[in-house]
Amino acid sequence: MLKYSLKRICLALVTLWVIITLTFLLMHSIPGNPFAQEGSMPKAVYDNLQSYYNLDKPLLTQYGLYLQSLLQLDFGPSLKSSSISVNDYIKNGFPISLHLGAQAMVIAITFGLIFGVIASLNRNKWPDYVAMVLAIIGISVPNFILATILINYLAVEWHLFPVATWKSWSHTVLPSIALAMMPMAYIARLMRSSMLEVLSQDYILTAKSKGLSRYSVIFKHAIRNAMLPIVTVLGILIANLVTGSFIIESIFGIPGMGEMFVKGIFNRDYPVILGSTIFYSAILIFLILIVDLAYTWIDPRIKVPGGRK
Amino acid sequence: MKKKLGSTLILILSTFFVLSGCFGGGTTKEPASNDSGKPSDETEETAPKVLRLNNSSEPGSLHPGTAQGTHDSWILEHAFEGLTKKTPEGEIIQGMAEEWETSEDGLTWTFHLRDGIHWSNGDPVTATDFEYAWKYALNPESASTYAYQLYYLEGGQEFNEGKAGEDGVGVTATDEKTLEVKLAQPTPYFLDLTSFYTYYPINQKVQEDNPEWYQEADTYVSNGAFKLTEWKHKESIKLAKNEHYYEQDKINLDEVHFVIIDDENTAWQMYQAGELDLVYPLPQDVQGQLMANNDPEFVAGPDLSVYYYNINNNVKPFNNPKVRKALSMAIERQTIVDHVAQGGQPPAYSVVPPGIPDVNGDYQENTGKLFEENLDEAKKLLEEGLAEEGMDQIPNFTLTYNTSEGHKAIAEAVQEMWRKNLGIEMTLENVEFQVKLDREKAGDYTISRAGWVGDYVDPMTFMDLWVTDGPYNDADWSNAEYDKLVQTAKTTMDQEVRMKAMHDAEKILMDEMPILPIYFYTKPFTVKPNVTGIYTPINRYPQFIYADIE
Repeated sequence: MLKYSLKRICLALVTLWVIITLTFLLMHSIPGNPFAQEGSMPKAVYDNLQSYYNLDKPLLTQYGLYLQSLLQLDFGPSLKSSSISVNDYIKNGFPISLHLGAQAMVIAITFGLIFGVIASLNRNKWPDYVAMVLAIIGISVPNFILATILINYLAVEWHLFPVATWKSWSHTVLPSIALAMMPMAYIARLMRSSMLEVLSQDYILTAKSKGLSRYSVIFKHAIRNAMLPIVTVLGILIANLVTGSFIIESIFGIPGMGEMFVKGIFNRDYPVILGSTIFYSAILIFLILIVDLAYTWIDPRIKVPGGRK
Repeated sequence: MKKKLGSTLILILSTFFVLSGCFGGGTTKEPASNDSGKPSDETEETAPKVLRLNNSSEPGSLHPGTAQGTHDSWILEHAFEGLTKKTPEGEIIQGMAEEWETSEDGLTWTFHLRDGIHWSNGDPVTATDFEYAWKYALNPESASTYAYQLYYLEGGQEFNEGKAGEDGVGVTATDEKTLEVKLAQPTPYFLDLTSFYTYYPINQKVQEDNPEWYQEADTYVSNGAFKLTEWKHKESIKLAKNEHYYEQDKINLDEVHFVIIDDENTAWQMYQAGELDLVYPLPQDVQGQLMANNDPEFVAGPDLSVYYYNINNNVKPFNNPKVRKALSMAIERQTIVDHVAQGGQPPAYSVVPPGIPDVNGDYQENTGKLFEENLDEAKKLLEEGLAEEGMDQIPNFTLTYNTSEGHKAIAEAVQEMWRKNLGIEMTLENVEFQVKLDREKAGDYTISRAGWVGDYVDPMTFMDLWVTDGPYNDADWSNAEYDKLVQTAKTTMDQEVRMKAMHDAEKILMDEMPILPIYFYTKPFTVKPNVTGIYTPINRYPQFIYADIE
């Protein structure tokens, strides 16, 4: 197990390096320039900016300088803000996005599993239809529409929650719900089909025939086995949720890190593009590793290579 | 194995509940007491007067030397004050300077600072602070985007280009209260520039002790009506009345709270829910509704900017002025303004927006309409123009705009008008803003959407855009007579000669039509009826220095 984990971590570092290099090359090859603006600035001003941020150096030198500062865990300055560096962006933004993402994840997993299980146990009866109609709405209604509807009724019309900003717990409720809808619906659908498959297996019949209670059969045999596909997608879902959603954070005025991904590219803010890509990749790689390790815990039939024979 | 089975699911779920519990408690920043989202109607005499508004983006820099753009300047304009400032009527009056004189040739200006002016940390504001600040912005090592605003100073451009040292820069504090400024050439609008933020002073001692003073509220020192008391990056900014400001008895607000809200719809909803007192900018459809309803809270403030289309003058048949003019005459501007842009914008039949003083009256009013929309004339001109170019119809071409719902709607309206009025077919193409700029510079476009916001209140900020090889002459148009008239206006202090030259130049521009003006922007915003004293100078965001809450 330890050997396997170490091997995976080494592999992850190589993957990260490839991602950094590719991103670096790609971002310098797209048209546009971080300092371009309507009405070109005098050449001297432009040159001063370029040399201030080392952008006048050859690409290879820039790449070397970047890797060097990266080894000191310094993601560099933001070309668009002289007050906050890329490290600040992550340091300030990530805890907020993580908080929001975790709340959304709890909502999504709890209700997703409940809806999925209820639907599968009542296949083709009304609870199944209700749960699946909700799931289809959750998947097909974009979260910015849902967010706008939530704000309009729960905040503007009924004054139950504040409209936007990130100050107290009540400010976190609406964005968490808006963010949770899609993964919740996804989990519910996946859980339903997975449960149906498990329930038709022979061992469920065996469990029933040896006289186990309905509760035991469902909770101890069916759900545990049906969880496996959910765990597989959880890694990616969590990585997406905790690194922030640009749209939700923008609509609710939340100072998370979601906007880094979009605005970094829009502004050609090179260090921000690289910083956000590296950070997201690291989290994703880490979570996928956790998911792989979690398989063996949930289903002892799965063995990790190099693990106990 | 059986024992483990049941607990698995419960474990997973409870882990997440505990996790969320931790975060819920850990990152809650303030008690939820007064954030319930309910409209507050507590405006008792004793309660502090707080104005709440939104800034649609995190300021990039709150340092006068390196600031760029309106998200920075909106805060700076209230935290700092230059040598001069502007009244709500747009008149330039004494700011930090009490009086000034200028030499006969207009090259030397001497400013005398008023008594009793202090920084928010109590230090006196001196002439040296101005000299230091201007040289700081010009220093190539500061990498200031707006350094060119100081190129009017003698030796300013040379210093910024690294060709000369800072000693040659024409600004000297001859004593604590006197600032002597030498200009590179006569600049009739120099006084207007001294109210602009690149010309604000910075506290030399503070800057030298801590070069990062401007990054956080704790270390922030300014000399204006308000001081920065809190800056939660990308979240909120708080200003409070500066007790060291010389005119603090004229300041009625105790605090100003900015939230940083990117989404226009959200800001508008916060305003509706009573969480904000002033919202700018507004969503386009909301503007339309408010205008249609004559909403008393809606204000369409004037703006120093023009929305137009660039025509690539090197592409056949658009190299022919008759073709360009035909296109311009076939755009129904009033329809675009009323039904598409919907912000009370005046349609543009010239390029210099209203609100700039002429020798007598308003410059744009004196200009009047320099061309008319006339479909018969347009068809005739198009036919003649095409014949001159040896063509019988315009080949399909592309109109490029930077991705935005607003630009798209206007482009579609123009597409339909040209199809209906002239029988011209064209394709619309949206590209990223950065890509559009790249392609305009490279001349890789046929028609492109553009806009220009004036830097200072003088027609020259628009007129010098289209001189031959000018920095923003993306149309790549060239006219010797136009260049000569602009040069005349640039080198004389005689207002009558200058204004006449610029009026004449603008006539040539609209006669040749290298660009198609569409409308003059406005600054549409809403403000609650209990807030008074908000005013909008033509080249500034809504100003709240003298605002009050009743």
